[in-house]
Amino acid sequence: MIEERSAISKLYNGLNVFLILCITLACILPVWYTLVVSLSDRSVVAAGEVFFYPKGLTLSSYQMIVEDNQFFRSFWISVQRVFFATIITFFVVLLMAYPLSKTSKDFKPRNFFMWLLIFCMLFSGGMVPWFMTMKSLGLINSIWGLVLGGGLPVFNVILVMNFFRNLPKELEESAIMDGAGPWRILLGIILPLSMPVMATILVFTIVGHWNEFFQALLIMTKNENYPLQSYIRQVSANVDLTKIDAESAKRLTTMSNQTLNAAKIFVSMLPLLVVYPFFQKYFVKGITLGSVKG
Amino acid sequence: MLNRGAYKHYYVMLLPGLIWLFFFNLLPMYGVLMAFKDFNPGLGIMKSDWIGLENFKYMFQLDDSRQVFQNTIFIAALKMAGNLITPLIFALMLNEVKNRLFTRSVQTIVYLPHFLSWVIVAGIMLDILSYTGPVNQVLAMFGSEPILFFANERIFPWMVVLSDVWKEFGFAAIIFFAALTSINPEMYEAAAIDGASQFKRLLHITLPSVIPVAILLGTLSLGNVLNAGFDQIFNLYNPSVYSTGDIIDTWVYRAGLLDMQYGLATAVGLLKSVVGLVLIAISYTLAYRFANYRIF
Repeated sequence: MIEERSAISKLYNGLNVFLILCITLACILPVWYTLVVSLSDRSVVAAGEVFFYPKGLTLSSYQMIVEDNQFFRSFWISVQRVFFATIITFFVVLLMAYPLSKTSKDFKPRNFFMWLLIFCMLFSGGMVPWFMTMKSLGLINSIWGLVLGGGLPVFNVILVMNFFRNLPKELEESAIMDGAGPWRILLGIILPLSMPVMATILVFTIVGHWNEFFQALLIMTKNENYPLQSYIRQVSANVDLTKIDAESAKRLTTMSNQTLNAAKIFVSMLPLLVVYPFFQKYFVKGITLGSVKG
Repeated sequence: MLNRGAYKHYYVMLLPGLIWLFFFNLLPMYGVLMAFKDFNPGLGIMKSDWIGLENFKYMFQLDDSRQVFQNTIFIAALKMAGNLITPLIFALMLNEVKNRLFTRSVQTIVYLPHFLSWVIVAGIMLDILSYTGPVNQVLAMFGSEPILFFANERIFPWMVVLSDVWKEFGFAAIIFFAALTSINPEMYEAAAIDGASQFKRLLHITLPSVIPVAILLGTLSLGNVLNAGFDQIFNLYNPSVYSTGDIIDTWVYRAGLLDMQYGLATAVGLLKSVVGLVLIAISYTLAYRFANYRIF
């Protein structure tokens, strides 16, 4: 690459790096601040003295979370939801994308199904009809309402379908010569080659289901059925003062809601922070895959 | 290769997805009929009285709904602009830095907020921008009065746009990074040999190769003009900013599911869906015509 040594270009590059660093800091500081608050003493936080590092270091917020049964129940519901959604999405999308990746010469009704999917992706009945449907299907307070309620992930089907279409045709043709049927071709030849795109849609699914909170607010009538994000949304404003015993009341006096909330927020994003470095490349791939024409 | 024998296998493969589609995508569309009915939950959708366009007429008489449509378009348009221009500028800036370790680390950090849910981001934002939060503490050092960022109706829409850009700009820049890495480095070398300065190379090589991508993305985002971001505003707003911060989706939620005006809320939601569908169809047609872009 070309090197420039003039003073102006040095200034230009230096300023550029400085600005990038400021922007990057602006992205991470709010998250860092949340961690810092969750580890600080309540009164110091309330006095507005906590900025970049914890003051009056304490783990009492986390101790309260450990004793909070509902937090764990919600955490577990989120884990189950993500687990089932991931498995179902994997198989449904894989199976659906294969026939749709055929040309309309090889599979005549292909375009009809394709337009049906596109229509369903772009048009929805809206919130109220959705809720009525969930009710009439008996999915109120059911985890299956959360797993399936979002509808068929059409975008993922299209992503995988486009990937299949870009695989070399010869692979399949020679398999047909050898007498392999559609199932053998899909599971034995195409699937092993498609792991990158399958990983991408799994990552989309995991993050999407982990973060989704609103459907649960609608279909769960009992708080104990909330997944984690809905639970966080529900409690972040209020601590139920009628339900705490003397021991936790004493602890509350050394800690504001703010520190406890910060701790809850931090714990609920922890799983994503941990897997994020592994997910990043698949997300990037998905974005660039989705943007190239099929 | 025509393979008739494969047809039945293809149908079997499509079946699970089509069942999913039927129950959770198509069935809710039947509920759209509520928009044309005086819906009575006791009678159900079929037996409720047909009232034609009454719900729609009523909607246009409400002051609320006009305000809500205005707010939605205002916030959505600003977001579309902010989420196009900010990532573009950021990608160009980062592209000027040649240290791979540095650019990779920066990318990893700026993508991160995209992965957090709005529940979490709103929790964090409300915290750092609260009346006694760190931002107001810093402002106080410069002698400024504390600002109620999320309770002031004049500031609220801008905070919504700002926090959305904060969350999404890094991730949105990915597509520009991809476009930038596909530029042939020989072009830069040739330009440098001809004496083009770093700035000139940015202006005449880098910029022209990302502008088409930006135009394409801008076109595709047109369909979002009525999508101001329910998840975000639902977690950030409060009654004191309804006048500027209430959008179609949040209004539909309160009217339909809290106040039980099912017919009216469905009508508003339907109008939004139809307009959105038309806009998306237009934007994708444009993208196909002029950039040969297709999603399938």
